[in-house]
Amino acid sequence: MQHTEQPGRSTRIELPKSPTGIQGLDEVTTGGLPRGRTTLVVGRAGSGKTLLGMEFLVHGALEFGEPGVFVSFEETPGDLVQNVASLGYDLTDLQERNLLSIDHVEVSRNDIIETGEFDLEALFIRLGYAIDSIGAKRIVLDTIESLFSGLANTGILRAELRRLFFWLKDRGVTAVVTGESGEVTMTRHGLEEYISDCVILLDHRVDDQISTRRLRVVKYRGTVHGTNEYPFLIDETGISVLPITSTGLSHSVSNERVSSGVERLDAMLEGEGFYRGSTIMIAGTPGTGKSTFGAHFLNAACLRGDKCLYFSFEESPDQIVRNMRSVGIDLAPHIESGLLEIHSSRPTMYGLEMHLVMLLKEVRETQPRVVVIDPLSDLIAIGTPRDVKVMLTRLIDYLKMNGITTLFTHLIHTREKMAPSDLAVSSLIDTLIQLQDVESAGERNRGLYVLKSRGMGHSNQIREYLITGDGIELADVYVGPAGMFMGTARLVQEARERLEAEARREEIASRQRELERERTAVEARIAALQSEFAEQEETVRRLIAAESRRQSTIDAETRAIGKLRKADASDDVKMVRATRGEAGEER
Amino acid sequence: MTDTEKTAGEENGEEWILRLYVAGQTPKSLAAFANLKRICEEHLAGRYRIEVIDLLEHPQLARGDQIFAVPTLVRRLPQPLRKIIGDLSNTEKVLVGLDMRPGS
Repeated sequence: MQHTEQPGRSTRIELPKSPTGIQGLDEVTTGGLPRGRTTLVVGRAGSGKTLLGMEFLVHGALEFGEPGVFVSFEETPGDLVQNVASLGYDLTDLQERNLLSIDHVEVSRNDIIETGEFDLEALFIRLGYAIDSIGAKRIVLDTIESLFSGLANTGILRAELRRLFFWLKDRGVTAVVTGESGEVTMTRHGLEEYISDCVILLDHRVDDQISTRRLRVVKYRGTVHGTNEYPFLIDETGISVLPITSTGLSHSVSNERVSSGVERLDAMLEGEGFYRGSTIMIAGTPGTGKSTFGAHFLNAACLRGDKCLYFSFEESPDQIVRNMRSVGIDLAPHIESGLLEIHSSRPTMYGLEMHLVMLLKEVRETQPRVVVIDPLSDLIAIGTPRDVKVMLTRLIDYLKMNGITTLFTHLIHTREKMAPSDLAVSSLIDTLIQLQDVESAGERNRGLYVLKSRGMGHSNQIREYLITGDGIELADVYVGPAGMFMGTARLVQEARERLEAEARREEIASRQRELERERTAVEARIAALQSEFAEQEETVRRLIAAESRRQSTIDAETRAIGKLRKADASDDVKMVRATRGEAGEER
Repeated sequence: MTDTEKTAGEENGEEWILRLYVAGQTPKSLAAFANLKRICEEHLAGRYRIEVIDLLEHPQLARGDQIFAVPTLVRRLPQPLRKIIGDLSNTEKVLVGLDMRPGS
């Protein structure tokens, strides 16, 4: 094992590890505690040291086939069995199956008198006996510091502790030693001097009457580990650590699109909606229908067949179902089919980290594809801005890495701009849709716009939307010289436009009538001219007819003369012609 | 512990059972045994019994009397149980620890 401690080696051999089986801790320590070595777990009273140790043994026995010895210097075996029974661990059964051995070392200064030299060989013998009796691979000493209160000769004690840790290493068991936090040194009696492989610090802080447990791996020789403080939770299933070890941006992205559940909102997002796996925020002032947008999104997701988790910090599940039904969104069938799970809790019930730990626990257990958190601002309100940013970064990274599409609703109070803290959060958001009231002409209307949407060409329009009995409907856009028209102003504008159109139609009609009149007038004139012309034509025709009659008379007379002169018929004709010609010439 | 009890015990010549836990024949354990023997001879002559338990041979016995250090002397009788840790080199302390006043 020496090799891992030497930097600069070209071949990296992973330090062998013993998984703790504790939710999240193995991720923080990239695999568990150093196998065959001693880990120091430091914390104040009630910080969860004993439980961590016990879980390490129970999981080891049940899941990893490694029996363990629990050496308690404080609690009696009876108390221990009882304490963890509430977590569903049956220690008596484990003891009967030789998977666990509990030894209670009672150290009480009252009935112990020291005189002269001594050593702790008896303790070693006891531990060795317990280890051998069940073939233990793991051991927990909780808390060995009790020896300091029982023995006055700390010189001997320190030397013996040093020997004990070497001995444990020699035995090859993976050990957990707990210690009380001290004022000056990390542990009250400086145990950290003897244990150099792995040190885990448990903290239990109360800020603003809200308590938060935190875990930090102070040192872990020879391995990469998360150095941050990780919040953890002790609940009915034991310890779970908020498991986010990396805040890297290495998640793969999806090109798949998912509907927002509001058709015309999708239209504003290239007609396709959000990217799957992206983080969406619906930010708005009170009463702008943030939750309704969330419900639309959930409804659409459930109809697609996506598993959804809805975390509400304001309403109970029943209330949500009822209220959403009033706007035409029925979530009840989705709850019945198991696609939708609603979790409601008061934001002030726990600290920010606790909420996130529980949230992630649910996410891990349920494996949803869509998560809605309503509203995020309630979580933000219970932490400092710095904490919030850190925690949310971890949360969002976790959700992203798992390809979960997340929609946060977010309450903002300023009408015009987002508060600075909100902006800090908004940098983590892919698609930010802002809802706002528009007050004008004595009424309040709702408008939305896509403030940003990474990776798509989104609409830049401010759209009015209505919350109707059929859900959210985006209204048509009316933009006038004074800006956007909403509510009755929009109706007035619509009416005005109708009037204007009417007027235009009137105008056209009157023009048409005028044209018609003109046409009639022109036609009348044409008719008059035509009749005048017809008259003239008639006169001319009559004249022509009269002339023709006269000519035929003349011809007849000529023929008669020809007859009288006994002229050939054809000659007659010629003659007539000639005569006519002559006559013409003569004339 | 009251004076009357103690006096009664000594006057009755009640038997003392002392158990000395050791781990092998170390100088400390040998010294402890020698010291104990001497003290008993001086103060409890004829009415004491010393059991020496070597934990290397009987590791399972450490648990019963809550032994974690060696040498440890346990006064089994008379009641109540008393424990003295160390090589018993300070006779004064041993006498106080065992509730035996010197010179009685």
